[in-house]
Amino acid sequence: MDERLKIKTESLNFYYGAKQALQNVNLACPEKRVTAIIGPSGCGKSTLIRSLNRMNDVIPGVRAEGRILIDGVDILSPRQDVVELRRNVGMVFQKPNPFPKSIFDNIAYGLRINGLRDRQKLAEIVERSLRGAALWEEVKDRLRDNAFSLSGGQQQRLCIARALAVEPEVILFDEPCSAIDPIATAKIEELIFKLKEDYTVVIVTHNMQQAARVSDFTAFMMLGEMIEFDRTDKIFTNPSNKMTEDYITGRFG
Amino acid sequence: MKRKIVQFLGFMLLRVCLYLVLAVLLLFLFDIIRKGGGVMSWEFLTQAPRRGMTEGGVFPAIVGTFLVTMITAVLAVPMGMFAAIYLNEYARQTRLTRLIRLAIRNLSGVPSIVYGLFGVILFVNIFAFGTSVLSAGLTLGLLTLPWTITASEEALKTVPDSYREGALALGATKWQSIRTNVLPYAVPGMLTGTVLGLARAAGETAPIMFTGAAFFLPVLPRSLGDQFMALPYHLYIMATQHHNILKVRPLAYGTALVLIALVLGMNMAAVVIRYRLRRKRRM
Amino acid sequence: MSDLKVDVRANLRKRSAVKEAAIKAFFFVNGITAVVVLLGIFGLLLYTSVPAFREIDLKEFLGSPAWDPTSPEKAEYGILSMVVSTFLVTIGALVLAVPIGLGVASYLSDVAHWRVREIVKPVVEILAGIPSVVVGFLGIVIFGPAIAGIFGLSHGLNALNGSILLAIMSLPTIISISEDSLSAVPQAYAEASLGLGATRWQTLVRVKIPAALSGIIAAVMLGMGRAIGETMTVLMATGNARSFPTGIFQSVRTMTANIAIELGEVPYHTTHYYALFAIGLVLFIITFLVNMAADIVLRKYQEREQ
Repeated sequence: MDERLKIKTESLNFYYGAKQALQNVNLACPEKRVTAIIGPSGCGKSTLIRSLNRMNDVIPGVRAEGRILIDGVDILSPRQDVVELRRNVGMVFQKPNPFPKSIFDNIAYGLRINGLRDRQKLAEIVERSLRGAALWEEVKDRLRDNAFSLSGGQQQRLCIARALAVEPEVILFDEPCSAIDPIATAKIEELIFKLKEDYTVVIVTHNMQQAARVSDFTAFMMLGEMIEFDRTDKIFTNPSNKMTEDYITGRFG
Repeated sequence: MKRKIVQFLGFMLLRVCLYLVLAVLLLFLFDIIRKGGGVMSWEFLTQAPRRGMTEGGVFPAIVGTFLVTMITAVLAVPMGMFAAIYLNEYARQTRLTRLIRLAIRNLSGVPSIVYGLFGVILFVNIFAFGTSVLSAGLTLGLLTLPWTITASEEALKTVPDSYREGALALGATKWQSIRTNVLPYAVPGMLTGTVLGLARAAGETAPIMFTGAAFFLPVLPRSLGDQFMALPYHLYIMATQHHNILKVRPLAYGTALVLIALVLGMNMAAVVIRYRLRRKRRM
Repeated sequence: MSDLKVDVRANLRKRSAVKEAAIKAFFFVNGITAVVVLLGIFGLLLYTSVPAFREIDLKEFLGSPAWDPTSPEKAEYGILSMVVSTFLVTIGALVLAVPIGLGVASYLSDVAHWRVREIVKPVVEILAGIPSVVVGFLGIVIFGPAIAGIFGLSHGLNALNGSILLAIMSLPTIISISEDSLSAVPQAYAEASLGLGATRWQTLVRVKIPAALSGIIAAVMLGMGRAIGETMTVLMATGNARSFPTGIFQSVRTMTANIAIELGEVPYHTTHYYALFAIGLVLFIITFLVNMAADIVLRKYQEREQ
């Protein structure tokens, strides 16, 4: 792999209280590529992706050991400003979570809390973000409508646009399609594929076909450990680990 | 067959329990409305008691209860909301947090007369506010605090975590996420809950008896340092302390009606608002 | 793209962690107030009670039934009669309220249509909203004459009247918490029982109520704590005689009523004044213990649920 690495975890261990959820995980995500994390439920893939923007911090009693480097900076360091980190590393959640505001205000939310007041600039960025999430054509005439009036798939694309608006460098997707229908899923996959032109993307999915379709690299996890990490085509055609092979051929999981 | 009969009789018994409770409530309301309604007039609501409280109305008591409830609200509503924000948004499961929650649950069980004693020592004597609107209001404020905290926390709990997480993931600070993405959706519910607490406070007698409520005071309080008449205390006096109790019984009924209308009115307003909010949230 | 970034970076620098910490500290101070107030109540009551025991023997205070602080010969400061009166009235209230409250709760959780439940629950809340002074007044005008008439007494201001009123006042607590714990009994228990051929009544009595028992006990204890501390209703409806209670038709004076009657007339900073605060302290401790016990039972119950 001769790619430039954007994210790198080194011997990452993660604990919920006494329970260890990640064991010695070494993940490497190349810049402007899509890295998928797959594995059976409870394998720690959500924990892993939520450590990358320290979203796990909100859960009481958690502890992380090891290093997570983003552009070479250890984000687990106590000197890391988590607020800045999360602005730089956007996240799209499992269930679409639009805020109960208008479509426009949803996108503008991240900009406003960062102090942007200029209406014209706000409007510009909102449009750009919605275009970026392939939602502009569908909603341009109803920006003042409540975000809940959108369909599930549209809501998820709204959440993507909302993440794009604050101009992150990395976008994390935590099983983004688990709550939406196949057609909407296809649109989001297409979008993710396009996003890698500008962003480094990490996606957790329980859907192996999805990982095969959208990602360049794939990590397979089980019981908190990373079993195998390689180019996606390699993982899906010629895995080097027996467990990976069993999983992707559907023998368990 | 025998078991069917037992079940029928058993359920019948339970139903009788319910009817009994409803009957008591209806009896209460009916009696007060019928007999209190007899003296209800514009004059009763807008005039001070006259002739040794055998005539006239309850206007100073209405004003007094209103004022003292305002002081209660000024203390208990913001403090209750802030404490709830701490508990629901910031506090982690530590021993200290458990201690705070334990204290709140115990405070809501402290007898109201004990709050009265506390108010006498702290506000009337130590702070030297004397027997006044201020002392009584603060005493009631402390009494109300555990209710407003609990109610506010309930309201905060109804805001889904995804609003908080979503905001944090966009780079909001903790306080930004609370201020812009939690409080706007919780404040209406918080207010509903606190109105219920204030309604209960407005009907309390024991805490204000010795901290500021006056037996008879035909003038309105001019400042927060003055004594005041209050509806619940006035009812107590008209019912048990007046020199001619039977003669003023209709006036006591009238006072009870005004008090109950005030308290239940506040209750119902809160319930209606809550019901509307719930329906709105579901859509 | 980059102009926004400049905006944001500048803003990030301004936004300090100090501000966030200060905000958290502000909310914390409000949160901790509850502890301060609780300790303050206990501390100030204790502090104001202590001078009373320069003149009063603690054993006499707790053990003697004679309370006569204004006696010209020898002032007496025994609270036993009041403590017994408080418990007499409270236990009477529970005897009335527990079966009825449990009956209503069972009806609501197991028999009533959900629509009935939706209507009845707020109606019961209305009962909880009636101020205690109004309940006391109704004790004088409704239950007093009724009790006098039924039992052939000269008046109906006695322990029984107080118990009836306190029962009515503690019903909403007992109903709502019992109903919650009955509804929280896993549906599987009931289904298992019904599947074995038990009737709904048998299921309710033999399976659901025993399963919900600790919640019901907690409800009863919370209702008890409230009844012990209730002032206005007992003050108005129990007659307030200072003698040692011997039956439910006797006029009795509870601890709360005694404080309410005497605090208004007592000169500040006399032994009598301090002694009234000592009664307050006893009251505080009793209700504290009852509430703690209820709390422990309720917590155990909730832990088991999870």
